[in-house]
Amino acid sequence: MSDRTTDATAQAAPKQGLNLLHLLLEGRAFFALIAIIAIFSFLSPNYLTASNALTMTSQVAIFGLLAIGMLLVILSGGIDLSVGSTLALCGVFAGWLMQGVELQSLGVILYLPVWAVVVCALAMGAFVGAVNGILVAFLKVPAFVATLGTLYMARGAALLMTNGLTFNRLSGDPSLGNTGFEWLGFNRLWGVPISIFVLAATALAAHLLLTRAPFGRWLYSTGGNARAAELSGVPVRSVQVWVYVLSGICAAIAGLVLSSQLTSAGPTAGTTYELTAIAAVVVGGASLMGGRGTIRGTLLGAFVIVYLGAGLVIIGVSSYWQTVFTGAVIVLAVMLNSIQYGGKGFKL
Amino acid sequence: MQPLLEVRGLTKSFGGVAALSDGRFTLRPGTVHALCGGNGAGKSTFLTIVMGIQSRDAGSIRVLGKEAQFTRPSDALAAGVSIIEQELSPVPAMSVAENIFLGREPTGLFGRVDFARMNADAQELLDSLHFSISARSLMMDLTVAELQLVEIAKALSYNAEIIIMDEPTSALGEAQADELFAAIKRLKEQGKGIIYVSHRLSEIFEIADEYTVFRDGRFVGEGAIADVTRDALIEMIVGRPLTEEFAKSNTPTDQPVLQVNGLNAETWVKDISFTLHRGEILALYGLMGSGRSEIFERLFGLSPDMGGQITLNGKRVSLSSPNDAIAHGLAFVTEDRKGSGLNLMADLRDNICMARLDELSKLGFMNRAREASAAQRMIEAFGIKTPNDRLVVSGLSGGNQQKVVLGKWFLTEPGILLLDEPTRGVDVGAKREIYRVMSDFAAKGGAVIMISSETDEVLGMADRVIVLRDGRISGEVGRDALSANSLLHLAA
Repeated sequence: MSDRTTDATAQAAPKQGLNLLHLLLEGRAFFALIAIIAIFSFLSPNYLTASNALTMTSQVAIFGLLAIGMLLVILSGGIDLSVGSTLALCGVFAGWLMQGVELQSLGVILYLPVWAVVVCALAMGAFVGAVNGILVAFLKVPAFVATLGTLYMARGAALLMTNGLTFNRLSGDPSLGNTGFEWLGFNRLWGVPISIFVLAATALAAHLLLTRAPFGRWLYSTGGNARAAELSGVPVRSVQVWVYVLSGICAAIAGLVLSSQLTSAGPTAGTTYELTAIAAVVVGGASLMGGRGTIRGTLLGAFVIVYLGAGLVIIGVSSYWQTVFTGAVIVLAVMLNSIQYGGKGFKL
Repeated sequence: MQPLLEVRGLTKSFGGVAALSDGRFTLRPGTVHALCGGNGAGKSTFLTIVMGIQSRDAGSIRVLGKEAQFTRPSDALAAGVSIIEQELSPVPAMSVAENIFLGREPTGLFGRVDFARMNADAQELLDSLHFSISARSLMMDLTVAELQLVEIAKALSYNAEIIIMDEPTSALGEAQADELFAAIKRLKEQGKGIIYVSHRLSEIFEIADEYTVFRDGRFVGEGAIADVTRDALIEMIVGRPLTEEFAKSNTPTDQPVLQVNGLNAETWVKDISFTLHRGEILALYGLMGSGRSEIFERLFGLSPDMGGQITLNGKRVSLSSPNDAIAHGLAFVTEDRKGSGLNLMADLRDNICMARLDELSKLGFMNRAREASAAQRMIEAFGIKTPNDRLVVSGLSGGNQQKVVLGKWFLTEPGILLLDEPTRGVDVGAKREIYRVMSDFAAKGGAVIMISSETDEVLGMADRVIVLRDGRISGEVGRDALSANSLLHLAA
């Protein structure tokens, strides 16, 4: 009956004293981050130093980049399990290009400038994303299965490309004009790792896309109610393809940043990173059903997960325990999501 | 005779807001008792308390003379109170019998499910109710009406004495509703009590024996249906005397807006031809499955072109996608508000602006001020009751939600409105406002095609009716010749 909803509103009407709880619930990822920083700063004097904060944040950059792409996909009501593999594939693809491409027919070795390598790697990410998007939007393969397939395929391709080895010569040669790969993640600008700037720029662009551009409205409505969106003239299928493409590009950026940070590109990089990215999105308050979530929340989620893990390392907790703690945080976050979104109304 | 259910002084408030402040209800055996009230009258709260889904603050509930303290729905079921919800929840891939006995499957040796007995029991139950449904068929192969009947059988399988039906006909056509009513009459003869909740007054007058009206969470009155007039009942529900139910201010012209020639939609909807004129309200009438919705889907570009011509304002058009249709000035209010009309997770503003994003943005950026003013304009135009446009629409009542859908489409400044069951699940007061919006739109030079299963609504609003049967036009009736008889005769 339709008046159920009115009752639900009445129930959710603010009560004195509930406001604080509501505020805590709304900003839970933020408060969790504050609590994590406070607790670990108290436990270890080394935690909240400028250098450690920068180190941790450049780690956040990798997961944050993946999580931004993941958020877009999750908002559309899908999921992208392939981002970890795409990260590796794009990393080794960049590494392979940096080694020089031998064109046998012409008998020359082609050394691309770094900007061209970057463009090629991003195109590779976009390609994997486009495959995902077309599988999901046009061939109606469930997102979980489609991206699970590309997870395997991209990883396999990365291994094939390197024969399982790692590319270590990424710095280029001044005589060949292809130096500067360090600039993507390893170098610092005003003392701050470049990777953090990359994350900030990507997050800002994604935030504007979601909140200011028509595409954002399309995306939220596609995830919220695809049928209603379609009837309102929203190009639902192209939105679905585009989110996977953007997620692939985010994974490629993360792959470039990571190989630059490590100054090497290996085919096994980024294994299980897709799960961390999903965790960041969920901790950030997004709904896995689609239609609900923000960039700000997702970034906070990435910070919470990395800062918690790094804190546990610093105070000397075994890495096995870290895994347990991370899991607990994810479960707690989803529980709070259910309370926030599901607990207000009641069902007849 | 001892009442089956006697409720007195039921109270419930949420966060200091009273949702129900004096719930009173008396259900006698062998009667159908209509529970009436607008959206927010407290019917839902009342029913959820009776079913043990929510706790009460005060008041007494007596079932068969015994004070009842249900703390969960299974308590209510065990005491013989069962409910058939508006939104059915079948398990589609299971058989009818499995659905009926879900959670209490008869078991045999070693806990094995005794399918033979389950099927036999279910079939016996269905036969005893004169439902022609096989217990072995899968739920997903049934029609909505049949699902409804299975739910009734399920309710009775709990040996329920009291059956609550919440808007049972909202998804049914006229013929299927008759089937349901026949079933209800048989239940009555067996001495069961039925609480019947519906916004459709004609149904209440057809099937109910008694009525109870709630308004603003309070009991307002009760009595026998035979002693009340339709207008008096409406007045009780709405709380003020009403002007004419169907406000009609439009006069059709003979200027054609939309011409459809030999249109095919799907494989079985064939050779549909009609002309819609400026200022006209045209109704498509027919039973469920007569092809009404399929015609709308074709016109709105949701189904592929299968032959036939569509001419809009003198120009041939193809209408191959919703975007295309919107660009040509069509607007489509679907019958399923929650499923295809609204994004329930989003707020009013985003929902209202959803079909007009191109106009409200510039160079790829949304113009937020224009979005806000557009939403405000529609909230005022339709009198949507909301504190602000940032409220998530799932928190609105059915009538207000429907107005948000209308607001979304009026923002596109359409020339032709396609309305599929525009007043389904909407209370009497909001219905009138929707009728007013329709006729004002037509009076200002728009054109409306509506689909409705409510004969009263068609008789009250339509200038002309096209009757469909089995995917073909079986007749056309002008306003002068309109009568319930002529429509049913052509439709069946």
